[in-house]
Amino acid sequence: MSNPNTSSSGESHGSVSSYLIGFVLAVILTVLSFGVVMSHSLAPTGTLAVLSVLALVQVLVHLHYFLHMGGDSEKRWNNIAFVFTIAFVSILIVGTVFVMANTSMNMMSR
Amino acid sequence: MAQNTTVPTAGHDEHHHENTVVFGFWVYLMTDCIIFGSLFATFAVLRNQFNGGPTPHELFEFGGLGLETALLLLSSITYGFGMIAAHKTQISSVIMWLGVTFLLGLGFVGLEVREFAHMIADGAGPDRSAFLSAFFTLVSTHGLHVTCGLIWIVTLMVQLMGTTEIPERMMNKLTCLSLFWHFLDIVWICVFTYVYLASMI
Repeated sequence: MSNPNTSSSGESHGSVSSYLIGFVLAVILTVLSFGVVMSHSLAPTGTLAVLSVLALVQVLVHLHYFLHMGGDSEKRWNNIAFVFTIAFVSILIVGTVFVMANTSMNMMSR
Repeated sequence: MAQNTTVPTAGHDEHHHENTVVFGFWVYLMTDCIIFGSLFATFAVLRNQFNGGPTPHELFEFGGLGLETALLLLSSITYGFGMIAAHKTQISSVIMWLGVTFLLGLGFVGLEVREFAHMIADGAGPDRSAFLSAFFTLVSTHGLHVTCGLIWIVTLMVQLMGTTEIPERMMNKLTCLSLFWHFLDIVWICVFTYVYLASMI
C-alpha cells in the first residue's frame, strides 16, 4: 500500500493544505446554511432552494477534499458504483415523494 | 481468443489487488447510502404528519445543532490529519489524532443522546407522531453509525499501540475507517440541511 502510493502522495490521499482548504470551504458553506435560515431574509421556497444548493456544494467539497474522489482511472469502479448509487437513491427519494404526494392528494388527506 | 480475454483481466486484477479491500468497503458504503436514502424518503413523506404533537419549530434549536455540526466537521479534519501521519508512519501522531477524533465524535454522540433524552422527557418521543418516528429513526441510525465508528477508532488505537510500523493490512483498516468517517459527515450534511434547517424555515 505504501510503496505504490508514495509516488502520487499528494494526489491520492491528500495533504495538510488540501484538508485545510476542504475544511474552510465546509465551514463557510455550513455557516451560510445556518445564516440563510436564521436571518429569515428569503421567502420559504427561496430559502429551501438556497439550502439545497449549499448542501450539494458541501457534499461535493467533502467528496473531493476528504474522500479524494476524482476522475483518475484507478478509481474507475469506485466512481461507477457511486454514480449507480446516486441514480438509485434519486429514483428512490423522488419516486417516493411523488407517489405519496399523489396518493394523499387523491385520498384528500391534505 | 480465450487467452486474449483472460490475460489483460489477470494483469488488471493484479494491479488493483491492493485496493480490493478498500473497494469492497466502498461498495458497503454505497449500500449504506441506500439505507439512508430510504430513511430520508420516509422522513420526506412524514415530515408534516404531526398528529397534533410538537412541530420542529418547538423542538429544534440552532445552538445544539450548530455545536453538533461543528464537532463532526472538526472530527473529519482531525481524522484527515491522522491519515496524513499514517502515510508518514508517525504512529504516535496517528494515535493522538485518532484520540482527538474519538473525543469529538463522543461529544457529538453525547449531545445527540442529551437532545433525544430531553425530547422524550418532554413527551416528544418516537411514539408521539409519524414525524417524530421518522425523525428518530433517521437521526438515530446516523448516531448508531457514529457510535460504531467510535468503537472502531478505539480498536485501531489499541492495535496501533506499541507497533513501530504500519503494515498494508493496517493501512487498509485506517483507509476504510477514513471513508466511513467522512461518509458519515456527508450524511450529517443532509441531516442538518433537510431534517433540521429545512423544518425551521
